[in-house]
Amino acid sequence: MMAKAQPAQDAASTDRIEKSLVVRAPRSRVWRAVSNAKEFGAWFGMKLEGDFVENATVRGRITHKGYEHITIDLLVQRIEPERYFSYRWHPNAIDMSQDYSAEPTTLVEFFLEEAGEGTSITIIESGFDRIPATRRVEAFRMNAKGWDGQLKSIERHVS
Amino acid sequence: MSRRSGAATLRVTDAVPVFAALADATRLRLVRRLSVDGPLSITRLSEGTGVTRQAITRHLYALGDAGLVRNARHGRERVWELDLKRLEYAKRYLDQVSAQWDAAADRLKAFVEDGS
Repeated sequence: MMAKAQPAQDAASTDRIEKSLVVRAPRSRVWRAVSNAKEFGAWFGMKLEGDFVENATVRGRITHKGYEHITIDLLVQRIEPERYFSYRWHPNAIDMSQDYSAEPTTLVEFFLEEAGEGTSITIIESGFDRIPATRRVEAFRMNAKGWDGQLKSIERHVS
Repeated sequence: MSRRSGAATLRVTDAVPVFAALADATRLRLVRRLSVDGPLSITRLSEGTGVTRQAITRHLYALGDAGLVRNARHGRERVWELDLKRLEYAKRYLDQVSAQWDAAADRLKAFVEDGS
């Protein structure tokens, strides 16, 4: 394995998503928002039933209106204070009538770095190439409903 | 953020026929079957479904219109297969997940910058 401190560059990949942003907040503040399960839930939009502990699973219940029936298991991988946090989950496992447990998971990683007055955050989700095509199709279809609502709320914001 | 939401609007508009075509249990089963078993004839696709060949054919053409499946001649037999490449499903799927992370990242930024 390569060192985890720096995200690898692979822009054309279908296997991963990478987001980078700089926030006007100290790294310790961002670290708390990412690594404290209660705070993570507050911005992500889920209520977690426990703390983040390496190699432990925490169940989260989505708090977005209309999605409260959805629970997601986060399998915490590594916690390196103020630098790195990672977990695995089943992406878009939003159909509660399906059993996703035997299927491949994706890896979600948060990288934190000092950036001038603020903090740079890189979020990477990888492993999509291993997600079965059927799942992608279903997720795509199921997301349509969610998208409808999101677009309406975007419209309200911009108009 | 308006640029981002504009791009999302375009993608969703493009995807409407796909959503419509998949909003049916039989069609979804056909897509699942083709994704698991690969190209199949209508006879094979009808087996054990309790749906007539004619109905299966209609569903396949509806999926075909949305660009999800296509048919091809394999020797004397006509088979149907998923058209994942043309649809760039992997990419569309990733676009969706990507947009969800954009929204989550915005919420994280607001959360830590609020001084809470």
